[in-house]
Amino acid sequence: MSGDPILCVDRLSMRFGGIVAVNDLSFDAERRKITALIGPNGAGKTTVFNCITGFYKPTSGAIGLTHDDGRAIRLERLNDFRIAKLAKVARTFQNIRLFPGMTALENLMVAQHNALMRASGLTFLGLIGAPSWHHAEQAAIDLARIWLDRIGLLDRADDAAGNLPYGDQRRLEIARAMCTQPALLCLDEPAAGLNARESAALSELLLSIRADQGTSILLIEHDMSVVMQISDHVVVMDHGIKIAEGTPRQIRDDPKVIAAYLGADEEEAIAVMESGT
Amino acid sequence: MGRSVSAPPAAQTSRAPGAAFILKKALISAFVALVLFSLMIGVRTEAGPQGQLVYWTRFDDLAVMVAAVFGGSILVELLRRWWGPVDAVRVVPPSVQSALSLAGRLVAPALLVFTFLVPVLFYNERYILDLAILVLTYVMLGWGLNVVVGLAGLLDLGYVAFYAVGAYSYALLATNFGLSFWICLPLAGILAAFWGVLLGFPVLRLRGDYLAIVTLAFGEIIRLVLINWQTLTGGPNGVTGIPRPTLFGIPLTPADDGLAALLGIEFSPTHRIVFLFYIILALALLTNWVTIRLRRLPLGRAWEALREDEVACRALGINTTTTKLTAFATGALFGGLAGAFFATRQGFISPESFTFHESALVLAIVVLGGMGSQLGVALAALTMIGGFELFRGLDQYRMLVFGMAMVLLMIWRPRGLVGHRAPTVFLKHSQAISSDLVKEGHG
Amino acid sequence: MDYFAQQLINGLVLGSIYGLIAIGYTMVYGIVGMINFAHGDIFMIGGFIALITFLILVSFGLTAIPLILLVVLLVSMAITALYGWTVERIAYRPLRHSFRLAPMLSAIGMSFVLTNYSQVAQGARVKPVPPIITGGYTLHEGSEGFVVQLSNIQIIVVVTTIVLLALFTWLVSSTRLGRDMRACEQDQTMASLLGVDVDRTISMTFVIGAALAAVAGMMYLLYYGLVDFFMGFVAGIKAFTAAVLGGIGSLPGAMLGGLLIGLIETLWSAYFSVEYKDVAAFSILIVVLIFLPTGLLGRPEVEKV
Repeated sequence: MSGDPILCVDRLSMRFGGIVAVNDLSFDAERRKITALIGPNGAGKTTVFNCITGFYKPTSGAIGLTHDDGRAIRLERLNDFRIAKLAKVARTFQNIRLFPGMTALENLMVAQHNALMRASGLTFLGLIGAPSWHHAEQAAIDLARIWLDRIGLLDRADDAAGNLPYGDQRRLEIARAMCTQPALLCLDEPAAGLNARESAALSELLLSIRADQGTSILLIEHDMSVVMQISDHVVVMDHGIKIAEGTPRQIRDDPKVIAAYLGADEEEAIAVMESGT
Repeated sequence: MGRSVSAPPAAQTSRAPGAAFILKKALISAFVALVLFSLMIGVRTEAGPQGQLVYWTRFDDLAVMVAAVFGGSILVELLRRWWGPVDAVRVVPPSVQSALSLAGRLVAPALLVFTFLVPVLFYNERYILDLAILVLTYVMLGWGLNVVVGLAGLLDLGYVAFYAVGAYSYALLATNFGLSFWICLPLAGILAAFWGVLLGFPVLRLRGDYLAIVTLAFGEIIRLVLINWQTLTGGPNGVTGIPRPTLFGIPLTPADDGLAALLGIEFSPTHRIVFLFYIILALALLTNWVTIRLRRLPLGRAWEALREDEVACRALGINTTTTKLTAFATGALFGGLAGAFFATRQGFISPESFTFHESALVLAIVVLGGMGSQLGVALAALTMIGGFELFRGLDQYRMLVFGMAMVLLMIWRPRGLVGHRAPTVFLKHSQAISSDLVKEGHG
Repeated sequence: MDYFAQQLINGLVLGSIYGLIAIGYTMVYGIVGMINFAHGDIFMIGGFIALITFLILVSFGLTAIPLILLVVLLVSMAITALYGWTVERIAYRPLRHSFRLAPMLSAIGMSFVLTNYSQVAQGARVKPVPPIITGGYTLHEGSEGFVVQLSNIQIIVVVTTIVLLALFTWLVSSTRLGRDMRACEQDQTMASLLGVDVDRTISMTFVIGAALAAVAGMMYLLYYGLVDFFMGFVAGIKAFTAAVLGGIGSLPGAMLGGLLIGLIETLWSAYFSVEYKDVAAFSILIVVLIFLPTGLLGRPEVEKV
C-alpha cells in the first residue's frame, strides 16, 4: 500500500494463554484519513485497539506511529499512559468510560491534564495563583467550550456526565479524547446504541474532525451505514486475522467478507449487504 | 453504583404490620437475645483468689436485657410503621431545596466565625477549649485523609501511621536536638509525606480490600516498631518532656522572659491553651485551603478522575502512579503536621495514642462527612468527637455506644452527611452532583 | 534440626487456628464482597462461650473430658453462630446494596460493640483456665537433651481443623447450600431470579463462618489456656492477613495463608525476635502482594477495557 501512513501495524499477534486473539495482523492507517476496522463479534478488533493504545502488551509484532513532523514512535514499547501522553494516541471505549460524577466540562478539563500540569508548574505555580496559570486555565476552559459547542452540549456543560443521555455521553467521550489534541483518534464502536439520526450526526462530527483538526481516525464499528459513509479505507478481520481490506466499495462486494459475516451472524451479513448505499 | 434489584426487607413488604406481626417479631427478637445473652450476661466469670476461675449467675441482668430487647423491638417496629419504609425516597420540593442550599452556603462561614470566637466566648472554660482543640485536630486529620479516600478514592486504614510519624518526628527532633516547634513542624510534615510515598509504592497495583489490609498492616508495623525500638522511641513509655511551642521565640510561661511578663499582664495557663487553639485552627485552615485549591488544579482533578475511572485516566495520558503517590503524600503531609501539633500539645506521646482505633475513627469521620466534602468532614468530626465526649459519663459503656452509633449512622446515611459533590469549575452555574453518580474508587 | 522441627509443629498448630478464622473472612468476602471486621470478635466470643460452658459443665461434676469437649464444642458453635447471624442481620443487611465503604465502617463499629460488650459483660481481666488436655508424645530425643514433642492438644487442634475443612469442602462443593453460595458469589441478582434465597444463603454464610470461628476460639482456649476481651482484634487482623495472603475469596488460599502466617510468626519468634514477629508477618504480606497483587491463590483480576 502506498501513501503516508500514520500507523503501521506489522505482524501483530496477541495470545491469552492458549487463545490466539490476533494472529499475524498487518495493516496501515493513512494520515488524515478514516480507517475502519470491521469484522464479526469476537474477531479480535478490540484486542487490536488495546494493543495500539497500550492496555495490552502484544505477544509479538510491531506497531509504528509516525507523527506529522516525521518523529517515529514504536507503540509496543511504550505502555500505559505514555501512549496517550507521548505518542498522542487517544481512544474511546466500547462501553463508555466517562467520569460520571464530574461535569461535562470537568471531563474535558481532565483530558487536558498534561498540558495543564505543565502550566501549573507541577501544581506549585497554580497553588500560589500565578497569573500564567490563570491564563492557561482560561485557555483550557475555552478549548473545552469549543468542543462542547461542537458536540452540541454547551448548555449541559455543568451537568454531571453520568446524567447525560446515552448519545450525548458517546459524543462527550469523543470530545474528551479530542481535548488531548491527539494525532490518532481510536474509536471503539462510537455508533453503538445510537439511533439513525444520532448516527448521522456522529458521521458528520467525525468527518469534521478529519477536515478541521486533520486528525487521523481509526474506528471499530458495526454500524455499516457509518462505515460505508465515512471510511476512506476498511480492514476486515475474522478470527484474529485480516481477511480483506480496501475501499468501502471493494469491501462491500467482497465475497469473503460476506461469507465471514454470514458464518458469524446472519443479521449482520444482511446489514452489510443492505447498508451503505 | 451497584444499586441492582434489591429485595425489600421482609418488614416492608407488608405495608402496615398488624399487632400480631409486631408481637411475633418482638418475641423472636427476645428469644434470639435470650440465647445470645444467656452465657455472656447470665453467667459472669472471674479469676478467683488462687487464680482458679469462678463463676456466678446474673439471671436478673439477663432478664432485664431480654425484656429490653423485647420492648425495643416493639418500639422500633412502631417507629418504622409511623415513619414508613426507610429507604423510600422523600421528595424534597424545589423551594425547600433552594432554601436548604442557601442555608448550606451559610453554614460554613457561620461555623468559621464561631470557631474563631470560641476562645473569646469560652475563655474561662478550660474543658470546652480542650475539647475544641481536640475536635479541630480531628477536623484536620479528617481533611487530610479526605484527600486520599474522598478525592483519590484510595482506601487507607493506616492513616494513623502518618500521625505517629509526625508526632515522633517532632518529639525526637525537639528532645534530642533542641529544635523548635516551628522548625520541626515542616520537617515532621515532610517526613510523614516521605513515608506516605514509601507506603504508596507497594500499594500502587493493589485494589480494594488488598489495599485496605496493606495500609492497615503498615499502620500496625509503624506502631509495633515504635513500641519495640526502645533505644530510639522509648518503647511503650513513650517520649516525655516535649517542648511547648513558642510565639516567635517567646515562651508562654510564667518566667521573666515569658509572654505575659513581656506584655506586662498577669500570667495565666489559659494563654497557652488559646495559643494552641489558634495554632491548630491555622493548621486546619491551611489543610482546607490547600485541598480546596488543589481540587481546582489539574492534580486534584486527576485525583477525582482516578476515583471515577482509572482506566479512562490512563487513556487520557494521566500518570496514575504519580497521581496516586501525590495523593498519599499530601494526605500524609497533613497527618504529619497534625501529629507534630498533637505532640507539642500533649507534651508526652506513646504508641498507645496511635492504634487502629484512631485510623478507624478518622476514616469514619471522612465517610460520615460525605466523601470529598470539606464541610461534611468538619461536621462529622464535630459530631463524632463531640458525641464521644458526651458519652464520657457512660464510662465503660462508651465504646459500646460509640460502636452502635457508628453502625446506626452508616445505616442512616451510607453516603455521609453531605451527599453531593461540588464541581471544581463551571461555565454558567455550579450545580451540585448527586452522590449516586459519584464513584467511590476501586482502591 | 530438632528445634526447627518443634517450631514447625508449633507453627502449624497456630496456623490451623488462624486458618479457621481466615475461612470466615474469605467466605464473607467471596459472597458479599465486604471485609467483616467484626469476625475477629466473633472468634473472641466463641472463646468466651467455650470457657463459660466448660466452667458450668465442670461445676456440675462432669468429669469425662471427651464428653465435656464435645458439649462445649457444640454449644459454642451454636451460640456463636447465632452471634454471626445477628451481626449480619443488624449491621450488614440494611447496607447490602449500599456504597462500598458504608458496610465496612458498620463492621468496624460492630467490632467495637462486640469488644466492649465482652469487656462489660465479663470484665477486662484475662481469664485463665488450667490445662484441660495434658500429655503428649515425644517424637525425637536429641543428643543435647532437646526433645521434640507433640502434645495431645496439638493433635486435637490439627485433627479438628482437618475434619472441619473436609466437612466444609464437602458442604461447599456437594450440597444445595454450597451450590447456592457459589451462585450468589457469581451473581446475586441472577441467583435470586433462579430461585436462590439470597438472604438466607448470605445468612448461612455468616452462620458457618461464625461457627468455624467458634471452633478456633475454643481451640485457642484449650491451647493457650486463656481468653480476654481484646484477643479478637489481634487474631482477627492476623487471620485477615492470612486470608489476603492466600488470596481473598479462595478457601484453600485462606487455609494456606493461615498456615503460612502461623509458621512465619513462630519461626521468626524462634530465630529472630519475639517482638518483631507481627512486623515480620505483615512485611511478608506486603512483599507478597507487591509481586502477586491478588495473593497466592487468588484469581488475578482481569482488567476489562
